Amino acid sequence: MTWFAIGSIDDIPQRGARCVVTPQGKIGVFRTHDDRIFAIEDHCPHKGGPLSQGIVHGASVTCPLHNWVISLETGLAQGADEGAVRTIPIKVEDGRILIALDRQLMAAE
Amino acid sequence: MTEKLVIVGNGMAPGRMLEHLFEIAPGRYDVTIFNAEPRVNYDRIMLSPVLSGEKSFEEIVIHGDGWYIQNGVTLYKGHRIVSIDRDARTVTSDHGVTESYDRLVIATGSVPFIIPVPGKDLPGVITYRDLDDVNAMLLAAQSRAKAVVIGGGLLGLEAAAGLKARGMEVTLVHVMPTLMERQLDPAAGYLLQKAIEARGIEVLTRANTKAIVGDGKVEGVELADGTLIPASLVVMAVGIRPNATLAKEAGLEVNRGIVTDRYMRTSDPEILAIGECAEVGGHVYGLVAPLYQMARVAAASLGGAADECFVHSDTPTKLKVTGIDLYSVGDFADGDDREEIVLRDASAGVYKRVILRDNRIIGTVLFGETADGSWFADLQKKQADISEMRDTLIFGQAFQGGASADPLAAVAALSDDAEICGCNGVCKGKIVGTITAKGLTSLDDVRAHSKASASCGTCTPLVEKLMALTLGDAYNPAAVQPMCSCTALGHDEVRRLIKARSLKSIPAVMQELEWKTSCGCAKCRPALNYYLVCDWPDEYADDYQSRFINERVHANIQKDGTYSVVPRMWGGVTSAKELRAIADVVDKFAIPTVKVTGGQRIDMLGIKKEDLPAVWSDLGKAGFVSGHAYAKGLRTVKTCVGSDWCRFGTQDSTGLGIRIEKFMWGSWTPAKVKMAVSGCPRNCAEATCKDVGVICVDSGYEIHFAGAAGLDIKGTEVLGLVKSEDEALEVIVALTQMYREQARYLERIYKWARRVGYDEIRRQVLHDLPRRKEYYDRFVFSQKFAQVDPWSERVSGKDKNEFRPLADVRHQLAAE
Ligand code: SRM
Ligand SMILES: Cc1cc2nc3c(=O)[nH]c(=O)nc-3n(C[C@H](O)[C@H](O)[C@H](O)COP(=O)(O)OP(=O)(O)OC[C@H]3O[C@@H](n4cnc5c(N)ncnc54)[C@H](O)[C@@H]3O)c2cc1C
Ligand code: SF4
Ligand code: FES
Repeated sequence: MTWFAIGSIDDIPQRGARCVVTPQGKIGVFRTHDDRIFAIEDHCPHKGGPLSQGIVHGASVTCPLHNWVISLETGLAQGADEGAVRTIPIKVEDGRILIALDRQLMAAE
Repeated sequence: MTEKLVIVGNGMAPGRMLEHLFEIAPGRYDVTIFNAEPRVNYDRIMLSPVLSGEKSFEEIVIHGDGWYIQNGVTLYKGHRIVSIDRDARTVTSDHGVTESYDRLVIATGSVPFIIPVPGKDLPGVITYRDLDDVNAMLLAAQSRAKAVVIGGGLLGLEAAAGLKARGMEVTLVHVMPTLMERQLDPAAGYLLQKAIEARGIEVLTRANTKAIVGDGKVEGVELADGTLIPASLVVMAVGIRPNATLAKEAGLEVNRGIVTDRYMRTSDPEILAIGECAEVGGHVYGLVAPLYQMARVAAASLGGAADECFVHSDTPTKLKVTGIDLYSVGDFADGDDREEIVLRDASAGVYKRVILRDNRIIGTVLFGETADGSWFADLQKKQADISEMRDTLIFGQAFQGGASADPLAAVAALSDDAEICGCNGVCKGKIVGTITAKGLTSLDDVRAHSKASASCGTCTPLVEKLMALTLGDAYNPAAVQPMCSCTALGHDEVRRLIKARSLKSIPAVMQELEWKTSCGCAKCRPALNYYLVCDWPDEYADDYQSRFINERVHANIQKDGTYSVVPRMWGGVTSAKELRAIADVVDKFAIPTVKVTGGQRIDMLGIKKEDLPAVWSDLGKAGFVSGHAYAKGLRTVKTCVGSDWCRFGTQDSTGLGIRIEKFMWGSWTPAKVKMAVSGCPRNCAEATCKDVGVICVDSGYEIHFAGAAGLDIKGTEVLGLVKSEDEALEVIVALTQMYREQARYLERIYKWARRVGYDEIRRQVLHDLPRRKEYYDRFVFSQKFAQVDPWSERVSGKDKNEFRPLADVRHQLAAE
């Protein structure tokens, strides 16, 4: 695992998200109303909707395509829906956001 | 033989009297009423919610026209009785109608007191007594100018709060050191002043009005200390005085009011007086509870059962300003023979004081937390000895006798004769009895049958608790559908409170209305954002994080995460230049699909999010703006070719469609709005299945509304025929604004219209010209802030981060 700096916390609005392009596809990076940061695959377990485009509320996001609600903490679909997305380790240091990616996998591209 | 009963005045007291009379002596009298106000009987105490916008006049009518017809009552609206001839037993109105009577009831209410200062007669100086006064204030409020309210009593405060809620700058001028000094002690008066000031109303106490200044109309108020407060509206609410002139001229005994005995009979036994004009036992009254008692007594006396007589009791005072809770009853002056118990909680803004004499309560003042008001009042009425619970008395009922702090238990513990509804004098036993006897399950039914909470409404929570107690699980207060699981409130309630409490941000709404989640969900946030945009167009900062992605990026998201872009093509008309620009954009950005939509314009599908600003930039150069194909807002205005080309065309349908679209684009609405204009009844633009449609005919423009052709199919209703294009535009705009202000989020026009009634909409936007104009003006005002092309805004850099990935770590990797 290697930590990559991807930007500053101010680049993401509160209750908002941005995406990060990686060799394995896009990752959604979310900032909650209380400034917690999460990263999950930007790919809804339902039909692949771009989760980073959804509405962020509490520690969840609602998918923009068919309204599944995904937990940012666990990546699990909430309520009656079943499915999960991968969560990605993320941390904030001095306002800079870092995510952990698998260098091996990335180099393989 | 039926006797003739004539009533002078059609206010709250005689209205209630007739209800009792028809119950105890149906058919005994042939009733005629003369009313100086040109309208039916309405709930005068609810004028303040009408002023503030929380209720409409229709909602506060007590007896509609039908009631008079059903009960065979003749009502002369707009007739002021100018003389009573007691010998001939007749009354005569200012329009010359003379009517004879066997029994006469005088119920002329009060007249507002006008302080005799120079300028008191200038246009722009009004009192606060009836609907005409409210309408005059609303008219003045439209100009958003400054108002001065003179008088810091109940009426003055309600007027000030109402005018403020309507967007005026308000200064309240009060001659005494604290507000409502007749009902509140100085401590509570101080808290009240703070609460009033917190609403942005300037309060000047110890301020003596010297003159009202102005040349031909009000321009300001001058105080004794020389201060000049500019104002274009002055509301005088300094007190009332019983309206007894008519009785005096007829030779009846008049003191402060028309003197009556305990059976409400005046010095002429055939004539009764009730309401604020009457003086009984040396008292005159200004709150409805005692007047309703008079009404009951008078009905008994007219019905021949003179077994009831009027007994004085103290009436609690409450203020009907949403968000300010105060309650006072009885005597609260200091005195040697008195003791008091006081509780203050500064952080919560709570103040409670109970005044005792010989261990019995003689007065109560509560501010900030008033739930125990009726309990204290009950103890006072019963003259209960409170020595046993003295230490805990002030904490309220829940702390007595080991009862739990459960509010339901507190209500359960109230005695059967505890008064719940002060206005109507309804006690707990009566309410519970009515619920059980009649099998009532809804609050409205309980109001209708028991009258409890049917006047000022402040006891509604108590009545609801009684219903919960009596009905157990069968009681379902949530008959309203909550907005979402974040709140128990329904859309209508939330919309009402946003206005009433001037809530101007999503966090403010969530805090004040006690949202159960930290920041809402994907259902409530977009709804709240819309309500705030609609209600405060100039003040609210649109929260893009609470908008669905399409409205956030101004394009429609597709199943693969790409977007589609639909520029406006006004009224479906285009040109070679526009088509060429679209063709160039399609080539330049390799847009995979171009399609003509069902809305008479062109859709470009499959555009990458990153490319959107560049696509818009190119389209913008050719003069295109966003088509809002993604918006809860105005979508398309479809047209047909009309009189310019078509051999059947009666009017310029294309031109009108373009005019409407150019006027209304950019406005946000509860759900999408689609329109169409057809040039003749052949209706080639399919106007009769749209939210709003126009069918042009020789004689003008037939306006249609409330159609649908999506999930539901429904033909439109006809709104009405207008003569000119200008008028058609004004009506359509007013209709849209009424819909914007009232509908629930995501409710299309046809659903909203079904809910509020087609006739009501016709009445407000077609027939009621001043109201139509008001809606129109509010729409035009909000367009100042809404009619900004979101595409060009983003091309020039707004939210530019939204369209780019935060980072691309593929490059970082390559650089290692
Ligand atoms: C593009 C278009 C189809 C076409 O290729 O012609 C279209 C496309 C969509 N329609 Fe539509 N509707 C289109 C005309 C219509 C019409 C016909 C009309 O407007 O004359 C109707 C029936 C009329 C009506 O609304 O009563 C129509 C009734 C709907 C409905 C059902 C709405 C309802 O309340 O009953 C939806 C679903 C919704 O809004 O929730 C919908 C939703 C959609 C959405 C936005 C689906 C979505 O949520 O993503 C589609 C977006 C595609 C895109 O990205 O452009 N579309 N849609 C038409 C765009 C018109 C325009 O120029 O703006
Ligand atoms: C804004 C406002 C808020 C209020 N809030 C509260 C409250 O919260 N709680 C409370 O208990 N009370 C409140 N009141 C007081 C309450 O409304 C009155 O006590 C009550 O309406 C008086 O009833 P009434 O029948 O005596 O007279 P009114 O309701 O005043 O009716 C008198 C009617 O007689 C008509 N009339 C007068 N002279 C003639 C004539 N010569 N011929 C024919 N018709 C005539 C008048 O036009 C009027 O329509 C409020 C009053 C106002 C104005
Ligand atoms: S009818 Fe409308 S919503 Fe349905 S697939 Fe076609 S465009 Fe999409
Ligand atoms: S793709 Fe996310 S809910 Fe359907």
